Parts: sequence; structure tokens; C-alpha cells
Amino acid sequence: MREGEFRDPSGCAIVGVIDRSGKKMTGEGMIKAIEVMHDRSNGLGGGFAGYGIYPHYKDFYAFHLFFETQKAQEETEAFLKKHFEIVYASEIQTRKLSAVQNEPVIFRYFLAPLPQKLSNSHLTEREYVARCVIRVNSEIGGAYVFSSGKNMGIFKGVGYPEDIGRFYRLEEYEGYAWTCHGRYPTNTPGWWGGAHPFGLLDLSVVHNGEISSYDANRRYMEMFGYKCTLQTDTEVITYIIDYLVRRQGLTLEEVSHVIAASFWSTIDRKEEPARSQEALLRRMFPSLLVTGPFSIIVGYTGGIMGLCDRLKLRSMICAEKGDRAYLSSEESAVRRIEPSLDKIYSPAGGEAVIYELYHQGGRA
Amino acid sequence: MMQLYIRPDYEVIRNEARCIACRICERQCANEVHSFDPETGLMRSDESKCVNCHRCVSLCPTHALKIVKTDDTYRENANWEAQTIHEVYRQANTGGVLLSSMGNPKPYPVFWDKLLINASQVTNPPIDPLREPMETQLYLGKRTVKAEREENGLLKDTLPPQLKLSVPILFSAMSYGSISYNAHESLARAAEALGTYYNTGEGGLHKDFYKYGKNTIVQVASGRFGVHKEYLETAAAIEIKMGQGAKPGIGGHLPGGKISEDVSKTRMIPQGVDAISPAPHHDIYSIEDLKQLVDSLKEATEYKKPIIVKIAAVHNAAAIASGIARSGADIIAIDGFRGGTGAAPTRIRDNVGIPIEMALAQIDTRLREEGIRDNVSILVGGSVRSSADVVKAIALGADACYIGTAALLALGCHLCRSCHTGKCNWGIATQRPDLVKRLNPDLGYERLVNLVSAWKHEIEEMMGGMGINSLEALRGNRLMLRGIGLTDTELRLLGVRYAGDSL
Amino acid sequence: MKRIYVKEQWCLGCHLCEYECAYANSGIADMVRALKGKAIHPRVRVEDAGEVHFAVNCRHCTDPVCVQSCISGALTKGEDGIVRIDKQKCVGCLTCVLVCPYGAVLPSPEGHAAMKCQLCTDNTMGEPNCVKHCPNGAIVYEEREAMQ
Repeated sequence: MREGEFRDPSGCAIVGVIDRSGKKMTGEGMIKAIEVMHDRSNGLGGGFAGYGIYPHYKDFYAFHLFFETQKAQEETEAFLKKHFEIVYASEIQTRKLSAVQNEPVIFRYFLAPLPQKLSNSHLTEREYVARCVIRVNSEIGGAYVFSSGKNMGIFKGVGYPEDIGRFYRLEEYEGYAWTCHGRYPTNTPGWWGGAHPFGLLDLSVVHNGEISSYDANRRYMEMFGYKCTLQTDTEVITYIIDYLVRRQGLTLEEVSHVIAASFWSTIDRKEEPARSQEALLRRMFPSLLVTGPFSIIVGYTGGIMGLCDRLKLRSMICAEKGDRAYLSSEESAVRRIEPSLDKIYSPAGGEAVIYELYHQGGRA
Repeated sequence: MMQLYIRPDYEVIRNEARCIACRICERQCANEVHSFDPETGLMRSDESKCVNCHRCVSLCPTHALKIVKTDDTYRENANWEAQTIHEVYRQANTGGVLLSSMGNPKPYPVFWDKLLINASQVTNPPIDPLREPMETQLYLGKRTVKAEREENGLLKDTLPPQLKLSVPILFSAMSYGSISYNAHESLARAAEALGTYYNTGEGGLHKDFYKYGKNTIVQVASGRFGVHKEYLETAAAIEIKMGQGAKPGIGGHLPGGKISEDVSKTRMIPQGVDAISPAPHHDIYSIEDLKQLVDSLKEATEYKKPIIVKIAAVHNAAAIASGIARSGADIIAIDGFRGGTGAAPTRIRDNVGIPIEMALAQIDTRLREEGIRDNVSILVGGSVRSSADVVKAIALGADACYIGTAALLALGCHLCRSCHTGKCNWGIATQRPDLVKRLNPDLGYERLVNLVSAWKHEIEEMMGGMGINSLEALRGNRLMLRGIGLTDTELRLLGVRYAGDSL
Repeated sequence: MKRIYVKEQWCLGCHLCEYECAYANSGIADMVRALKGKAIHPRVRVEDAGEVHFAVNCRHCTDPVCVQSCISGALTKGEDGIVRIDKQKCVGCLTCVLVCPYGAVLPSPEGHAAMKCQLCTDNTMGEPNCVKHCPNGAIVYEEREAMQ
């Protein structure tokens, strides 16, 4: 069975890092960090998202695709050619490892939307690209776009995350921010597309927990053209964030007040304008409240955000050392790569922790 | 003309060894079933007058009374049951349309009872509502908005008016006239105490109850009884009644005997004359006409109140709801075919309409497919019998539930289904002053508050079990339901999987 | 003090309180055995006049006329405010029955004594049985502003 054919709650380990000065790091650090949390995964999925890793192609959408058949690749490439200029295409370089098996064909394309097509579509460029991603994933059997942002990339597969990182040779990539995920699914999916991070455009999400609001969230999101084909929590959370940020224009803090909203009794005790703003967000988007345990790290161009459910049922710590900021399921993972920290704390449930490049606001 | 004797369906059994001849049964029976025989010192009963309302059974201090189904029988016939035969005799005797009250009693499937609720194990923790916050508060109304900002960057509140509820339960429309002043007072006071709403039905609003306006939904029905400016302005929301689950497609008929002086004033109609609500609104013969009424009511109340459109659950409910969702209405109320009534033709009550579970599932699905689910909130009723029904309704897609019959049961109703006779021994469905006073609102409102508070606790327990701590995350969360004993078609229409299908 | 009050508006005239009173003061555990085939002598009486009904029992007056007029000292007002009758001291002159403005003191069926409501303090009920069993909340037992 593969994702999409069953609902797959899973436990996990997550970790993320950003260098707020924009200094680049290889993927090696994340591999070491996630390796410490080996016990939180069960070898059935791992993945990474790196930001700032394609400086030479930063103006193009970097699509990473899995192909299971030659036919799927041909169909997909025909579709891509109809909608994009393919600036560069190649197989992603990997390293053969005994721990990582049954890999599909993995390709990378740098794309620019065809101007005429785009203007005829009356869509924004990002919406145009997002719809193309959703079409490939829901309509072309055996093909799966697992990364689609600019100057960022997702790398994932079935295996322990540290093995997946080495498989993709992440020590050769340099980025200013990384997130990572080790998976403990409760089914035995053999499909690489089901691993995390889950991404749409430059947004990526790694997630630990099982949300109880899943079907309420899914059925609501599907009203807006999203298709939750994987039936995973991470997928629907990604779409919610995409919808609220990209289509409704909310800030990430506002998003946190929707998906991990404070209890009404807490909101009632807050000062204005927080009280009326948070109440308004709950009244506007009640179906996007996410309940049940989760901790997520959201990656996007220029920043990472950590957020836990409002009861804080999953662990997460935040840590800082100089320009570097870390988010992790466990402190041990961060200590592994940065033994002496300036600051370390646990955020409260529903408290969004946002770390961004200094030139982008440099919050937190 | 020959009148065939019809043996009563029920017999009054008095345990002579227990009866102390206190005559309380006699004094409490408005149907005059019981009498005292001074010669023997014994009580007697005439079961032909008995409606099986259990007033005497409940009040007998020595529990000497019971009512049993008669064992008198015709030759057994699965096709021609005694009830069916009696109805033919009755109609041959009188030439009249058969009248009934309360909800459809026929053994149609109850889909609530074929749905099972999920609970968390291992991968997700259950939440203990006694230790953690559990939210049953919600808002009803439109939520279709585009986030807009003030100049200072704050989000602008562009939401249309919404109703705030502390529990997902409202009291459904029951008019003053069909039920008593004291029943209305009990409902109004309970709604206020519970932070929810009661509904005037189509009988207008008694002057004494204007003070409960902020917890009152007023109805505008086809008869327009008691509708005037102040009535609309006093209410928290206005409900346009297009139909009623117990009698889809037909109007209302309140017998003149129930039109007392007070009822006449409240309804703005003559005393003692039958009050007839037409089957359609004569200014609504199509959906665009409904939109005009919605707009007029909004205009009349300065766009400050949500407008509810109530329809009976009928075959084409999903398409009708889609039209209503685009009419400017803020809330759709759907009333299932088991919903109650003060009086309805028996054939209509028992044969017209569809179950609320199916109508709800289909309407919620249709509105989502069309991307307009946020245009309206969905209220369902007819019949929601327990907190489990409420949880299942919300998981299927409802925002909140109307309860009518359950509320009347809390007030003492024993479902004898004789409301149309106007002789309710429990002081609920009557206007006879000596009977009305049997319902003391001080006790009635407390029993309603007890009922809804108990349901609220149970809802919190079930939500906690699912690992959900806000109703918002339960709404439309159909993965929390599984069907049992259902056909593939039923599962498809309800949008749920079969029990054991772990997906 | 807590007294029994009657809300005439809610009294249905069902007379259940009379039977509950008679039973409470019968000293017999089974209601059927206590009351079946017997004339009852309750200390609460429901007055009926057309559609008006209300139950009457002792008001436990602040300054009770019955106590003042008792020739044998059988009637006393206790520190708890309850007006009680000591049947041993009662000579059965029934002056109290005559003077009670409410008709709440009654001749006892066994003769030679009067009887009255003592708020079920003189039986095993623990709380006034008429209040407990009134089906419509028309008889209440509560603290109110001092009665005149």
C-alpha cells in the first residue's frame, strides 16, 4: 500500500536550523542531529529540506520528481513542456547504500512558467505553479513532484533519515536553513513520495504527531482546490499554511492563532488588540483549527517556524547560538551539533517561534 | 350511521392491593379516565378515554397503576395490523383525515444508531475534560470572508453577524399556542441560563418574553402570525420557516380551542378561530423569491441579525440547500422526517420526507463540492435524541442541533402524541389554565438546564476520547464515524466507512 | 427560620400532600399499609374553591396565638422557632383549634388532643414530606424575611 490509499498517523523526530546571517551550512549537520534521535524513527521514512541551495538557479522553480515508470516520466515531461520552459533537467546524484533500497528514478528540473500560458490562465505565477504540481500529483500515475520551490529543495525517501541524507549526498549542498524529519509510521508504506518533508512551492513542513482534526481540516481545504492525495497530516497542514499565507495574506503569527488557536477562555483574558484579533481569526477560520498532538517546523524562503499544538502534547525545544537558531524534538539533537548554546527553552503550546534571516526582519 | 366499536389500544391496570383510593389519578386526568365509586370505595377507570400519557402512573403515590398494551387481538395479519384496521374503521366512522402529533413513530431505520464514534489509542492521546479545557463554544452564521486589513495592519472584522452559543444545542421552534405559556417561559429561561437560543415558532412572541430577546430566535412563517417590527428587532436571529420535518409540504393548523385571549393577542388573530398557515409562503414560489424575503428581513433589521432558513428534509434537500446558501441566508436549518409537531395529518407525518442523517450528509457534501459551505452554518433537528446523536450530527457536518422532542420530554412530556387534543395533562401542549399551571417554569427551566448540561458533559467526554478539544475540529470530521449494518449505498450517501475499515 | 410556604399559583389541588403527610405521621413504613382503607388525618389541608387551590399547614407564627391560649402548657414555641405540641400535656380543650387564624391546628383523631404540623421533626422523614412530594413545586421549605 502507498500513501493516499490509507490514513497514516505517525510518530516522528524533527529538527531544523537557520543561520540568520545567511551563512551557508552543508546538510551534514542535520544528518548528525537526526541520527541522535534514531529511536524516534523506524526506518520507514526520512527527509530534508534545504533553503538557499540553488543560488545559480534561484529564479527558477526547482521541481524534484519521483518516477516509477518510463511512461510516467514521458507523460510528465510532456506536461511540463506544455506549461514551462525547462531550463535544466537531470537525474539527482545519489550514493548507493545498502540501507536505502528500491529507490525510484529521481529527477530535478529547473522551470520557468511559459509567459503566454501564464497570462492566459489569469492566475498569479505561484498559483499557476501550485496548480501544475497538484495536477501532476493527482493525475499522472507513477509520477510525483515532491519539491517545487525556488532556491530550495526537498530530499526524502524510505529509510532512516541519516541514511537518506547520505544517499542524497547532502554534505555536498549548502544552505542557510535546513529542516529534517525521521519517520515512525504505523503502517508499512514502501513509497518514497510518502516520506517527509511535505512541500508546496517554497513551503515545507515536517511534523510529529497525529492530529485528530484531520478530516475536518481536509474536507475544508478541498473546497479550495487542494487535493489531499496522501492522506497524511503533514500534507493537510502544509496546504492550510499555504492557503492562509499565500491566498488569505495572513502572517505566520496569525496562522498560528488559527491552527493552534488559544482557548476562548485564554483569549478573553488577553489585552486588546490581541483579544479581538485572535477571536476574529477563530471566527473566520474555525475549520482550520488543528487539534491533537503535533509539533511542526515550517520552512520557507528566509525563515523557519516552530509550532506545537495548543495543549503542547509533543515536545519541542528552541535554541540559539550566535547567528544560528535551532528547533528540535529533543535537546540532544541540537547538543550533538552545537554543544554550547547561548539560550535554550521550550515554547508554550500554540506559541509560534519564528527565526528569519536578519535582512528579512530577523525575528526572534 | 353504524359506528364500529374500536377497542382501546391500552388498558389501565390498577393493583387493588396497592390502591389507597386517594383519587389523585382522578383529579389529574383531564381525559376523565378515573373515577371514584363511593358505594364500593374503589377507583374505576375507563380506558377508552386514556391517551397513555402516564400522568396518573407518575403521580400515584403507591405506584398502583400501570398502562399496558391490550392483548385483545384480531386474527394475526402482518399486512393488516390492528392499527391499520383501526384507522380504516375510524375513517369509515367519521370521513375525516387522521390527525396525529409528535414525530413519526414508524420503524424506519435510525441512522444515528448505525454510526459508531472513534476514540484515541496510543498514536494520539485521549483528553480528559475534567483536567483539560474542552471547548463547546461556537458561532453560527456566514464565514465567507477575504482577510482585509486596516491601515494599521490589523485584520478588519468584515464578518456578518453571527450567533454565539456555549453549547451546540438550541431549542427548536415550538409556537406559543401549540405549547403553553409556561412551556415557553421554561424554554426561554433555560436558553438564557445555558447561553443558547430557543425559537418562538410561528406563534409570535408574548410580551412577557421580550426580555429574553437576546436568546430568542423568532420565526417568520407562511401565516406571518405575530410578525411586526418590534418582534423582529427584539430577536437575536430570524428564522424563515419554509417547511417542517413532521409535515413537509403542508401548512399548519392550530385549532380555535387553543386560541386563548393571550394567544390571540400574541398571534394578532381573532380569539377562538382556527389559525391556518398556508402550505407555501404566498410570496415565495421560487428560490429568487426567498432571496427577496431574506433581503427584506435584513433590511428591516439593519443587517444586524443572522437569517435562518428552515426546510424539511426532502428528496432534493441538497439542491435546495445549495440555492439557500446563495440566497443571502446565514444559516440553514434542516428538519428531519422524525421531527415533532403539535398536529399533523397522520399520513403526511408517517410517509413524507427523509431521515435527517441522510439530508445532513448530502447537504454538507454538496455545499463543500460547490465551495459554498462557509456561506451558511447548518442546524439540524428532527430527531436528535441524545448527546451521541449531537456528536454524530456534528461529525457528519452540522454546526449545531435543534432539540424539540427531547426538550419536551425534559418538561414532562410522555410522548402520548395527543397534543392536537389540547388536553395535555403535563401542562405543555395545552392552553387550558388548570392544565397549563401543571408546568411550573421554575422546575421546567431547571430540568431543561439539567438535560443540556448533562449532554454537554457527555459531548465533552466523547470529544476528549477522540482527542479533540474543540467542536470546530469535530465539525465535518467524518473519519471519526464508522457505519454498522449499512449498505454500500447508505455508506456512500453518509460519506462514512464501514466499522473495521481502518483506512 | 425555614418555614413551609405555599405558592398558590402552582398548587394543582391534587391533594397528594395530604396523603404524604398522613403517611409521614403514621409511623408505618409502608404507605399502602399506612393508608389503605383508612380515613386520613393529615396536618396539611388543601383548600379548593373552583380553580383556586392551596395547601394550608402551620405557619409557625413569630408570636403564636395557639401557644398563648394553651391552658395546659402543651403548646410551646421552641428556640428553633417550631411550634410543637406535647400530647402528654394536652387536655383536649381544643382552644388552640378555635384560635388558630389559619385553621392549621386540628383535633387529633384519637381524641383528647390536638395535632399540628411540626415540619416532620416528629417523624422519621427528616424533611417535610409534603414539600418533597409536591409534583409542581407549589410547597416549598425555605428561609424568607421574617414573617409578620
